[in-house]
Amino acid sequence: MAPKDKPSAKEPEQITGAEIVLRALVDQDVETVFGYPGGAVLPIYDAFFTQNAVEHVLVRHEQGAGHAAEGYARSTGKCGVALVTSGPGATNMVTPIADAMLDSIPMVVLTGQVPTHLIGSDAFQECDTVGVTRACAKHNYLVKDVNDLARILHEAFYVATTGRPGPVVVDIPKDVQFASGSYIGPQEISHRTYQPRYAPKTRRIDQALELMTRAQRPIFYTGGGVINSGPRASEVLRQLVEETGFPITSTLMGLGAYSAEGDNWLGMLGMHGSYEANNAMHDCDVMICVGARFDDRVTGRLDAFSPGSKKIHIDIDPSSINKNVRVDVPIVGDCEQVLEALLEAWRERRPKKTPSLKPWWNQIKEWQARDSFAYPKSSKVIKPQYAIERLYELTKHRDDVYITTEVGQHQMWAAQHFKFTQPNHWMTSGGLGTMGYGLPAAVGVQKAHPGALVVDIAGEASIQMCMQEFSTAVQYNLPVKIFILNNEWMGMVRQWQQLLHGERYSNSYSESLPDFVKLAEAYGGKGIKCEDPSKLDDALTEMIEYDGPVLFDCMVEKAENCLPMIPSGAAHNEMILSEITGDEIDEKGRQLV
Amino acid sequence: MTEAEIEAMQDAMEPASAYDMHHDEERIEKRTLAAIVDNEPGVLARVVGLFSARGYNIESLTVAEVDRGAHMSRITIVTSGTPHILEQIEAQLLRLVPVAKVIDITNSKSGIERELALVKVKGKGDKRVEALRLSEIFRANVVDTTSESFVFEITGASSKIDQFIDLMAPLGLVEVSRTGVLSLQRGPEPGA
Repeated sequence: MAPKDKPSAKEPEQITGAEIVLRALVDQDVETVFGYPGGAVLPIYDAFFTQNAVEHVLVRHEQGAGHAAEGYARSTGKCGVALVTSGPGATNMVTPIADAMLDSIPMVVLTGQVPTHLIGSDAFQECDTVGVTRACAKHNYLVKDVNDLARILHEAFYVATTGRPGPVVVDIPKDVQFASGSYIGPQEISHRTYQPRYAPKTRRIDQALELMTRAQRPIFYTGGGVINSGPRASEVLRQLVEETGFPITSTLMGLGAYSAEGDNWLGMLGMHGSYEANNAMHDCDVMICVGARFDDRVTGRLDAFSPGSKKIHIDIDPSSINKNVRVDVPIVGDCEQVLEALLEAWRERRPKKTPSLKPWWNQIKEWQARDSFAYPKSSKVIKPQYAIERLYELTKHRDDVYITTEVGQHQMWAAQHFKFTQPNHWMTSGGLGTMGYGLPAAVGVQKAHPGALVVDIAGEASIQMCMQEFSTAVQYNLPVKIFILNNEWMGMVRQWQQLLHGERYSNSYSESLPDFVKLAEAYGGKGIKCEDPSKLDDALTEMIEYDGPVLFDCMVEKAENCLPMIPSGAAHNEMILSEITGDEIDEKGRQLV
Repeated sequence: MTEAEIEAMQDAMEPASAYDMHHDEERIEKRTLAAIVDNEPGVLARVVGLFSARGYNIESLTVAEVDRGAHMSRITIVTSGTPHILEQIEAQLLRLVPVAKVIDITNSKSGIERELALVKVKGKGDKRVEALRLSEIFRANVVDTTSESFVFEITGASSKIDQFIDLMAPLGLVEVSRTGVLSLQRGPEPGA
């Protein structure tokens, strides 16, 4: 990247590296930074002290800062920013960096580093931050000269937010923060070697249109790329779905791009996706993959993945195309632009007569009639699925509900039973599967949306991984709601042990759980406990209406399995459904549908 | 779930893994790629790290700055893998921020590949004469001589160097140093 115009002939103003950091943040429209101070970033913290333009949110653990920045980014579409010190500060940030990388979340992480003359000497709190993060960040920089600092910071934001977004690390030695240098603004940016492609090739659009207009059993399979592309991409997607009449399914990451209340919605696909979505993927003749990446949780067994279909793959990252699954029409480009082009082509160049989709929809309706997300109801214990359904029913009238999750069964139940109708309202760790993500992410979301209802759907095991961030929520009056589906097990681990390891439940029972109500109160928040299905609505209403952070301990059925499920190594049409839906098929078919 | 369902699921999941263990064996090909990169600190580590992280092979790798003014380096990598993996390697290399261009030398008809080797041979009498005679056939230069040894400098395609080394083995081969493959394309235009 090179600034278009050089600083004017007169001597540019000299400011310290720490001041350059602050000025660059302001010029990048950063309003909030999540961070934790330490020796190697003290000059930057000093610069924070004397200004009001950028707010600093003090977390309780560096990992919390990273996930909060991710939550902020995902709910706003802006770049998240985190600031931590060298050594342990940086290594604690590695998990969020890897998380943001796998979920393609734009984030800039500023790390302090020991002074340049001490680098390599095993100094106190030294670690090779660029070396450690090279493998898990989109890009990283070690700034050795204060005069490079402003350029690198602007470049970091550019790389993080463009193309396929991702985390970028800028490692700033302490002497560079103290040194004086000249500042340059984020002038028009062009990078010498990094040039993402946004516009699709016309030839590819033609090929895609050709397949789409001939399709008898088409399906849209959409992912997080649609969300990353911006709200307009979701709008165009909805129009395209409506005008084509094609059914649509989505990955975990893409929920909300198309409304779960929409007519053509088949529910999430994949390992814990709906019966209709997975069967439609298996039997379709044309698959239009938009901003998804054929992840192993989605495809199941690769050699049996959608064997009879022609596949169109839209992705901004050329390396995603043909990585796991061979496609027939690769379209490299930004989802919004490609969808616009497809919509225009569909409107203007579609032949008068396209095949009827009626038989296809009839087939889909048969699959839908199985009601694969159904579960045995109970009036004695709270079923976890019921808890999510009630949360949705009690909040669906609002359009400012944001859901984050931790990782495990509760996450899948949330994806199955909470109906997401808007993009950017669903924050979950999809790729890396980071337990402990949900609470700090909720803190970041709430910071970006002060009046909104932000709920972290959690498990009793996951929540303890970043529980300390409840203190952050209390300090900043962030009224996040933590809704724990407490089954006293690491539920997903228990489920796999039941199915794969002869019911030997090694280390998956949550022993010595804290009293979550007392824990909430100890932090200065509110604790609620509920174990009676008949009292759940009242308790949920109390949680929703409480103006402050709440820890809700919802005791649920302990041995509930997350179903339906495609066993690993099985194909999409070999789903295991729950026992209550299988009455109409024989024993053998019920085992492996 | 019923017992039968659980059992069926357990069967379906063999081998016991949360991941799909099926994969097809495809034929392995060798390929030479040239990456034009911004010569920033750590760029080589990024490229090498990519290969190790994703389990790709490196058979040889050479790197040097080729444009001092623009700080651009050229990295030539000889790798091997299935056609699918090789395609991924190219795409993944291009995904690195400082990589400007990746040229597939093997599949461009005009590719030139050259390697340089230094070969030390120790011997007396007939063997010494034979080593020198063979070096002339291979157009190798003698860059060091003692009464009982030579160091030859030889350039050419890797296969030619392999052949030369094989011939030197019975004549007193001591050690070898090779640069790895360098590459360009024929014709007046820059590589693409």
